[in-house]
Amino acid sequence: MATAPNSFRTGPDERGHFGIFGGRYVAETLMPLILELEKAYNEAKADPAFQKELDYLLEHYAGRPSPLYFAKRLTANLGGAKIYLKRDELNHTGSHKINNVLGQVLMAKRMGKTRVIAETGAGQHGVATATACSLFDIPCVVFMGSVDVERQSPNVFRMKMLGAEVRPVTAGSSTLKDAMNEALRDWVATCETTFYCIGTVAGPHPYPAMVRDFQCVIGNETREQMMKAEGRLPDTLVACIGGGSNAMGLFHPFLDDKGVRLIGVEAAGHGIETGQHAASLTGGRPGVLHGNRTYLLQDKEGQIIEAHSISAGLDYPGIGPEHSWLKELGRVEYVSATDNEALEAFALLCKLEGIIPALESSHALAHVMKLAPKLPKDNLLVMNLSGRGDKDVPQVAARMGMKISS
Amino acid sequence: MSRIAKRFADLKSAKRAGLVAYFLAGDPDIDTSYQILKGLPAAGADLIELGMPFTDPMADGPSIQLGGQRALKAGITVDATFDMVRRFRKDDDATPILLMGYYNLVYQRGPERFCKEAAAAGVDGFILVDLPPEEADELKPFAVANGLDTVLLTAPTTDDKRLPAVLKYSAGFVYFVSVLGITGTKSSTEEAIRGHVERIKRHTKLPVGVGFGIRTPEQAAAVARHADAAVVGTAIVERVKAGLDDQGKAKPDLVPGVFAYIKALADGVRSVRKA
Repeated sequence: MATAPNSFRTGPDERGHFGIFGGRYVAETLMPLILELEKAYNEAKADPAFQKELDYLLEHYAGRPSPLYFAKRLTANLGGAKIYLKRDELNHTGSHKINNVLGQVLMAKRMGKTRVIAETGAGQHGVATATACSLFDIPCVVFMGSVDVERQSPNVFRMKMLGAEVRPVTAGSSTLKDAMNEALRDWVATCETTFYCIGTVAGPHPYPAMVRDFQCVIGNETREQMMKAEGRLPDTLVACIGGGSNAMGLFHPFLDDKGVRLIGVEAAGHGIETGQHAASLTGGRPGVLHGNRTYLLQDKEGQIIEAHSISAGLDYPGIGPEHSWLKELGRVEYVSATDNEALEAFALLCKLEGIIPALESSHALAHVMKLAPKLPKDNLLVMNLSGRGDKDVPQVAARMGMKISS
Repeated sequence: MSRIAKRFADLKSAKRAGLVAYFLAGDPDIDTSYQILKGLPAAGADLIELGMPFTDPMADGPSIQLGGQRALKAGITVDATFDMVRRFRKDDDATPILLMGYYNLVYQRGPERFCKEAAAAGVDGFILVDLPPEEADELKPFAVANGLDTVLLTAPTTDDKRLPAVLKYSAGFVYFVSVLGITGTKSSTEEAIRGHVERIKRHTKLPVGVGFGIRTPEQAAAVARHADAAVVGTAIVERVKAGLDDQGKAKPDLVPGVFAYIKALADGVRSVRKA
């Protein structure tokens, strides 16, 4: 067990480690490029002009700040904590992914890269990347597992409309993990001209820290908005976790506020006990994959086990290394919700609030449904509604035995 | 002197470069891959890289990915890989064997235990694709304590400023990845290889092996003109695949086919007389 630091917000160290997690486990070919990115990112962080351009885009292009909305009917229905939804699903492109992508595409431009690649699961990161590349007129290739191409077809079409090339990946389980392998393979061959825009707080250093920094706008806004609405900090924050970028963006600004309870919700798929899930913190152990050391679903030998979740965006056998560190430190609680619980939550939010949530965010809501009734009425709970569910409509309809056309 | 150092010293006395042959432990099944291992020295391989199959080989092209899947399906494990080396060592105490793969398999066993067991089985060193010098500290002391050489990769992107950091952790030889990219996809030019090998040799006395993209005896000879060894991998794994029947079982001509190909490569390497 790691010992608690004075601040939970100081990581990573200069070698990119959060405790034993994180690091730079990549092929030598990529190492010089990753060091170059780290240097360029440190320079950008210190450059007011960079932040100014990003802030402008976040406000006028992505539509930030996203509202912090008091969900009155949901609160009444669950009969406990006062529930606020952080409405990141209202961002341009429909999820929190645009926050990070605008930052990274500005980095690509700054570094003189002429091509951008990305991996995607649900397609939200792919759509966001295709969007930013259209805006900045940079060629874009998105790697997506062929299973995900099938189950998230609306997003595939959106990416193509936006001018991106979508490359279906058929290796392995044909989901997010394999899309990331393929993106890394492309990058090794093209790294001198190509910028790899990673969609979550994972991968080799500096990605976990850089993506987190770009996503912290979620938590920073929430802090300010809650002070305005209630005159104090929230008591409970809940977010879903695949790689963990929306959760990290919400949690990080609150890590040193000891009174704020932080809960990350992983995808339990068919149930943790069935072995068919995507809950790497709950059901995995530390290992090395995709450039970092973190909790992974793996067998005794260290071979990676395929994850399962109804939500393509959570269907990944790993998690960002900072989450692994926060788990071991005990600062964040990590729980899980099954496919069926997420589907119930999906339906409930449609019915009560007129909001169709993404299946990813529905996992966070599923936990809120369990937790909120047990909390007092003055407990201020914020759930990150990280994405909207339009993309999931065909899949959910099929699952419910409904025809979209009728 | 380690088996690797001894082998390179012998090659130098023989005034020629060496052939390093890579294939995957357990591909297409454990018994067939053991037969390949056993016969490689006689076929002309001077050093052997035994691939440890991994579910997510991020630096490998389709041929090695598929080979790894065949081997995992056939039930290859780290223990079974060590066992292949142990059996090999009963008859051959001279040919160096390096394990090549990804770090997670080492990490799960624990670097200390992995090094101890590998050395006891007769392994001579490691090539771990995703363990750059920045992370090599967690393995290096145990490798040294057990007499194992850590062969690190250098790439066209590894410039003169960075090279010393890589060489600091390198032992046995230096592996130059001659192309930007994954295994088995493209080939470098002889001129580019010459330049890079000369550049690396200005920084180190270690032998330099060159790999990625070598498929023909002519290409192997071209590398042999400038480097101390030519590494061939993907093309060998493709020979294994070519020896499978419709059900994915080894045909009788699989092993002889691999050896015939190794011999042609070895002839290419040996056609070059070094100073």
